[in-house]
Amino acid sequence: MKTFKMGGVHPEENKISTNAAIEQMPLPKQVAVLMNQHLGAPATPIVAKGDKVKVGQLIAEAQAFMCANIHSPVSGTVNKIDVCKDMVGLPKTAIYIDVEGDEWMETIDRTPDIKRDCSLEPKEIVAKLKEMGIVGLGGATFPAHIKYSVPEGKKAEYLIINAAECEPYLTSDHRVMMEHAEEICIGVSILRKALGVPNAYIGIESNKPEPIRVMSEMAKNFEGIIVEPLVVKYPQGAEKQLINSITGRKVPSGKLPIDVGCVVSNIGTTFAVYEAIQKNKPLIENILTVTGKKLPSQHNYQCRIGITYNDIIKHALGELPSNTGKVISGGTMMGKAISNLDAPTTKGASSVLVMDESESRRRPESNCIRCGKCMNACPMGLEPYLFSALVKNNRIEEAQSHNILDCIECGCCFFSCPANKPLTDEIRLGKAKVRAMMAAKK
Amino acid sequence: MILTAVLVLGLIGVIFAIVLYFVAQKFKVLEDPLIDEIAEVLPGANCGGCGKAGCRAMAEAFVKQGNMDGLKCPAGGEEVAKKVAELLGCTPEVSDPMVAVVRCNGSCGNAVSKNNFDGLADCAFANSVYAGESGCTFGCLGLGNCVKACQFGALSMDPETGLPVVDEEKCTACGACVKTCPRGIIELRKKGIKNRRVYVACRNKEKGAVARKWCSAACIGCGKCEKTCPFGAIKVENNLAYIDFNLCRLCRKCVAECPTGAIHAVNFPPLPPKKEPADSTAVKEPIETKAPETAKEPVNINPTY
Repeated sequence: MKTFKMGGVHPEENKISTNAAIEQMPLPKQVAVLMNQHLGAPATPIVAKGDKVKVGQLIAEAQAFMCANIHSPVSGTVNKIDVCKDMVGLPKTAIYIDVEGDEWMETIDRTPDIKRDCSLEPKEIVAKLKEMGIVGLGGATFPAHIKYSVPEGKKAEYLIINAAECEPYLTSDHRVMMEHAEEICIGVSILRKALGVPNAYIGIESNKPEPIRVMSEMAKNFEGIIVEPLVVKYPQGAEKQLINSITGRKVPSGKLPIDVGCVVSNIGTTFAVYEAIQKNKPLIENILTVTGKKLPSQHNYQCRIGITYNDIIKHALGELPSNTGKVISGGTMMGKAISNLDAPTTKGASSVLVMDESESRRRPESNCIRCGKCMNACPMGLEPYLFSALVKNNRIEEAQSHNILDCIECGCCFFSCPANKPLTDEIRLGKAKVRAMMAAKK
Repeated sequence: MILTAVLVLGLIGVIFAIVLYFVAQKFKVLEDPLIDEIAEVLPGANCGGCGKAGCRAMAEAFVKQGNMDGLKCPAGGEEVAKKVAELLGCTPEVSDPMVAVVRCNGSCGNAVSKNNFDGLADCAFANSVYAGESGCTFGCLGLGNCVKACQFGALSMDPETGLPVVDEEKCTACGACVKTCPRGIIELRKKGIKNRRVYVACRNKEKGAVARKWCSAACIGCGKCEKTCPFGAIKVENNLAYIDFNLCRLCRKCVAECPTGAIHAVNFPPLPPKKEPADSTAVKEPIETKAPETAKEPVNINPTY
C-alpha cells in the first residue's frame, strides 16, 4: 500500500455515518446563494429582484479570470440581492430566492439513466465545466475550468482522483462512491480525456474497504482507471501528499502540481463533472454529512446549495442538543467552527459536525519544550515551533525564509503538540502577515 | 634583553599607531554632533510613532532636514519639540496634544456574546476567522493587541467590559495601537480642553436594526445628533455618525440626544440641572481661546461646566 514519505498523524477516524445512505433534503422556504462560493473573485449577479428563476438557471456570471458561474439551486422568485452573513459572520453578497415549486430548466436531463458516451473534444469539455460552474469540492473550491486548462509548455502525465477522505467524521465521499460508482468512473474518463493523460489513479484510504471493492470492480469496465488503496494516515488526501503517495514525486516549494505533471481532483468533483457534462446539470447540489458522536442519528444528505445550516439541522435532528459546544463545517482537523447557523451552505460545504461541550474545548496551553513532535508530524517538512516563536516576535521576514507559505494548514502540528500550543493558528497569522508584507513591498 | 623586547614592542606600537592614524583619517565618518544631542533629547522609547525606525533615525532625519517641518515626535509632545527646535534653531511645530480613543461600546453588557472564541488570542487572527463574539463585524474583539502594542503601558483591558481602556496620563499618542487594531477602532483625537472630549464610541456601519441586534449601544445612524449639532461637527455617513474634533465645541447636545448612548462625553462633571437654556457662553469661550497650545495647563475657561 502506498503512502507519503514525510510526517502525518493518526487522529481518531470516527467514520460513524458510513452506513447512512444519501437522503434527499427537502426544499427550504428560502435560499441565499452567496456570490463568492469559490476561490477567487465573487461572481456578478445577472438577475434582479422579482425575477422568476428555474432550477439550474444561471443567476450570476463569472467576469474575472479566477471565478465560477453560479446557478439557481431552486425555482422561485428573487426576493432581494443583499448582504448575507456567512458561516463565520462576515458580510458577503447573496441572492435570496423564495422557493416556489421545483421547476427545472428543460435542458437538464433528470432521468436516472446513465449516459456513458461523451463525444465532446477536450476544449469543449473545459468550456462546459466553466459554463456549469464546477469547482473543486475537496475544500479549496478551485474553479475546475482553470484546473483543466493545462498552461502552455506544461504537460499533465497523471490524473489523480482524491477519494482518501482522510478527515475524521466525513463520509460524503464514501457514500458517493458506494452509490454512484459508475457515474464517477464516467466522470473520471471525461477528465482523462480533457487532460489527455493515459491513466487516472483513484486513491482511497484502506479504512474504506467497501468503496475500494466497488470502485475496483467498476474500474475494470473502464480503460485507464486504476484504484490505489492508501495507508490510513492524515493528511493522505492533501494534494501534495497524495501526489507523493501515488507517483513518488515531490511538488517543490512554491510550485503547483502541474509543474510535476499531476492534476488532482476530488472524487465529489468527478461526480459533479459527470452530471454537468452528461446531464447538463450545473453545480447546484452537494452531499453533506450530518454527524456527531453524541447525536442520536447519523445522516448523509443531498442538499441544494444555499439552504441554511439551521434548516439542515432542523430536518436532521429537530434541534441542536442542549449541550452542543461547537458546530463545525468540515472535519475536525481542517473544518471551521460555524458561528452563524443562519448562514447558507456553499458549493464547498461537506459536513455539519455537531460536537458537545466536552469534545469541543481546547486543552489549556503550556510552554513549548522543544520536543520536536510538530516537526515529525508536519507533512511539509516545516518547523512549526519555530514559526510560532518568529510570528510572536514579529520576525516575519525570517518566517518567510523558512518557507512559512508552504504550510498547508492541515493541523498536524497542533494535533501532535503535547503543550497544546495553537501552532496552526499562529502559522495562519504568520502567513497572513507575510502576504501583507509581500503586498506592501510591491 | 628586556630592553630589546621593550624597544621592539614599542616600535611595533608606533608603526601601528601611525598606520591607524592614516587609516582613521582616510575612512573618517563625519557625523554631525547635533544628531547625538537631539537623540539625547528624544524620549528614547523607539516606539515608531514618528514613522522612523527609532529615536536615533528620527534625530538623523531632523538634522538632515535642518528644520522640523513634517517631522513630529508624538511621544515627546510639546516639551521635546521645543528642545529639538532650540537645538536646530527653528520654530517648533506646534500641534494640539492628542490622545487615543477607543471607539467601541460593545462591552459584555451591551453586546451579548453569542459564541465563544478559544483560538489564538490575537485580534488580527480572530479578525481573519470570524465576526466576533457578539456577531458585530466592526466591534472590539477584546483580545488585546493594542495593549501589547503600547510601549508606554497606557492601555489595559477592563475585565468587566472586555474593552481596552486608555490611561490619558500615560498615552503619548504615538499611534502604535491605531496601527495594530485590525478593525480601526482606536483613533487619535484632540485631547481637548481639560481633557474633555465628545466622540462616537461605535464603528458600526450596518443599518440601525442590524446594529441594534448585535449591540444595544451601537450607533444606528438615526442622524439626530447631526441635526442637533449647532456647529456642523457631526456627519452621518454609511449609518455611522462621526464627530469632527476640530469643529466640536464640547456643548454635549448630541450626547443628550443620542437614543442608544453611543456618544460618549468624558471628563465632564455631571450636567447641571436644566435651568438656563444651553448657555451660549458655554460654547463661545473655547473659540476665543481656541488654541490649546498651552494645553499643558489649560486655564479654567469654562466656568459653566
